[in-house]
Amino acid sequence: MLNFSKINIFFIYSIFLFVSLFSILNFQSNEKSFIKKKVNLGLDLQGGSYLLLEINSDPLIKEKIQSKVIPLKKLLKDNELNYSNFEISEKKLTFFVDNTDKLELLLFSKKDNFLNPYIDKYNSFELDLKILENNKAEVIFSKFGLLTINNSALKQSIEIVRRRIDDVGTKEPTILQRGDKRILVELPGLKDPERIKSLLGKTAQLNFRLVSENEEFGIDKLTSEDGEELNISKRIIMSGENLIDAQPNFNNQSNQPTVSFTLDRLGAQKFGRATSDNVGKRLAIVLDGKIVSAPSINEPITSGNGMISGNFSFQEATDLALLLRSGALPTPLDIVEERTVGPDLGEDSINSGITSLIIGFILVILFMIYKYKIFGLIANIALIANLIMLIGVLTILEATLTLPGIAGIILTVGMAVDANVLIFERIKEELKTEKSPIHAFDIGYTKAKITVLDANITTLIAAVILFAFGSGPVKGFAITLGIGIVTTLFSAYFLARHLTSVIVLNKKEGEVSL
Amino acid sequence: MNTNIDFSSKFKSANFLSLSLFVISILFIIFKGLNYGIDFKGGTLIELRSQSKNVNISEIRTSLGSMNLGDINVKQFGKEGDYLIKVEQKRENNNELIPEIKKILTNNLNAEINFRRVENVGPKISSELLQSGIIAISLSLAAMLFYIWIRFEWQFSIGSIVALFHDVIITIGVFSVLSLEINLSIIAAVLTIVGYSMNDTVVIYDRIRENLNKHTRLNINETANLSINETLSRTIITSLTTLLALFSIYILGGEILRGFAFAMILGVLIGTYSSIFVAAPVLKFFKVSYKTLEKKEEKIVP
Repeated sequence: MLNFSKINIFFIYSIFLFVSLFSILNFQSNEKSFIKKKVNLGLDLQGGSYLLLEINSDPLIKEKIQSKVIPLKKLLKDNELNYSNFEISEKKLTFFVDNTDKLELLLFSKKDNFLNPYIDKYNSFELDLKILENNKAEVIFSKFGLLTINNSALKQSIEIVRRRIDDVGTKEPTILQRGDKRILVELPGLKDPERIKSLLGKTAQLNFRLVSENEEFGIDKLTSEDGEELNISKRIIMSGENLIDAQPNFNNQSNQPTVSFTLDRLGAQKFGRATSDNVGKRLAIVLDGKIVSAPSINEPITSGNGMISGNFSFQEATDLALLLRSGALPTPLDIVEERTVGPDLGEDSINSGITSLIIGFILVILFMIYKYKIFGLIANIALIANLIMLIGVLTILEATLTLPGIAGIILTVGMAVDANVLIFERIKEELKTEKSPIHAFDIGYTKAKITVLDANITTLIAAVILFAFGSGPVKGFAITLGIGIVTTLFSAYFLARHLTSVIVLNKKEGEVSL
Repeated sequence: MNTNIDFSSKFKSANFLSLSLFVISILFIIFKGLNYGIDFKGGTLIELRSQSKNVNISEIRTSLGSMNLGDINVKQFGKEGDYLIKVEQKRENNNELIPEIKKILTNNLNAEINFRRVENVGPKISSELLQSGIIAISLSLAAMLFYIWIRFEWQFSIGSIVALFHDVIITIGVFSVLSLEINLSIIAAVLTIVGYSMNDTVVIYDRIRENLNKHTRLNINETANLSINETLSRTIITSLTTLLALFSIYILGGEILRGFAFAMILGVLIGTYSSIFVAAPVLKFFKVSYKTLEKKEEKIVP
């Protein structure tokens, strides 16, 4: 175990040098560097916000099932099926029908079925039909129909969330899908997430509807900002989808903040027609079910440009413009988890983490020198090499360092010497019976090897499981602990062993003691 | 170090001690319960710093009292002027809660307040986190069991798992007795304790197995005693260096890591004790001898 071929030595030190060079990358100013790898600081160290958003698809399902009502009734009429007691509830449509077999045939036809499209990906229809007693039919979304709705809502939400956050202009946001209902948002360096939270908390569904007393589509009673209760037609003249731009602005006359918007061609046409037909009437601008304002139509607006005035501050106008530009969320988002750390706490954490690392490190080093003298020094060199390599590997992986991660490094310092202690203690025992110290060192390394491996693999198992199941900061702990074990084994079994062999082989018999 | 301490004569009283601590811990965990943090219970946590000396706990409490938030817990956190507020989870949707709390505190306390940390965990997430924590601990126990089972004989496997349960339960028991908070980092600590305790046990077991083959005339008690003595200096040195590192975190690592460091210190102490006084006696219970070893030493030779 003490004989190293030249090739072995070359490999050991090349690996060490290669890995440790990466740790230097963390200390350079990043701008012009050739390789841009770096250990990232976790949000708990650099400060920032972590948000976990969950889409709530219930309102969307309700909306989607309602949108099936008209085509379904049309289908029934066109095929001379008589129906009665048509009911619309949150997630299903129920009615009595005279010929259920025919209904089933129609509903599950693969040809030009606009009501119930066939989803090739899942080999399933969007809707399901249940026939209950007395020819009662129940139309609901199939499992895969719901999945499709959910997935497209999630994809769309991620896109909108990204647009809104980019528009606010925070540095390096992370926006990722988590599971099938959640969106993870990380905003490093953000001190106060309240504005972004309130921007993400609004669906921003905008539509233009006439104020009307009697209307064939039905009427919603909505309250405006100044408390006025108005009857608003359910017919949507135009919605936010037709907007191509929105900007905050000031009204020339009143100097009030406003939002001016530009419509696409289709929106301009719709808007022009509606305003031409309804001069003198009031047009309500409805955002998320609340009236923002309801001005009178003085003249037809055909240019495709318009303005929303309301009682808002310039900040509110800016936010509204941002929301309208980025588009509406298909469904509301709930913030189910939030963790925000201020930058000064992050800095405190780094400082106390590094202080405890240095102190812990010095204590361990002193102890090892006291205990093992020159071989303690070797163990310490291995320990320092171990730390440098650990940082090097973290850099290569561009891992994220968290506060528990620093704790993991400190713990590695404490536990890393274990490998060398095991070996040295074993050698000591062998020295008692062996006459030749070289032989004793050799046997010591050999016999301790299996124990060192066994002992470290158990901790490695714990680290891997922690990595797989832990979240956020805890994952950071698992990473440093796990990598620490691997670098520990390398530094104890290759670096320290080689250094030991140099000392043992160069000393004369009888001079080596532990 | 040339030790020759008679550990085996103390096995009986140690087992009695372990068993009582174990049972007491379980009773505490069942009847007193655990003090779950917001990670596992859901709720809101706010750490704030105020430069003004006027701010005190009762004032923060009265300010928030008007909000009807349910159970509120306010305590000083580290330095003077630093407070930690914990609010119970009451509502399903908390999009508006944090801005409200911040506003009320800023308006009522009459001092400049720096919100250093805000965490909010919804009820769904907290139950998921608890579930994945329990899965992680169970899985790691199972993985250890499996590893020891392929590396050693079944008696060793059972011995190490008994020692592991002993360590984990008593550590959690101490947390219950002292009403210390159980959060995500404590789960990390428990898993690390599992790894550490196993590490310690494996070192002694390796030696016991080696000695069973080497000294076939010794009985298991004598072999265990010899092996513990032979590895004792390593056991002590490694525990010491690990404890040095941990105390450094405990004292200097800041308020957030303190609970983690405390759990680890407990775990290292209990784990070291258990690998000597729990894991070894189990082998005696199963009457392990060189005859029951199936796998011989040849693996050692590379």
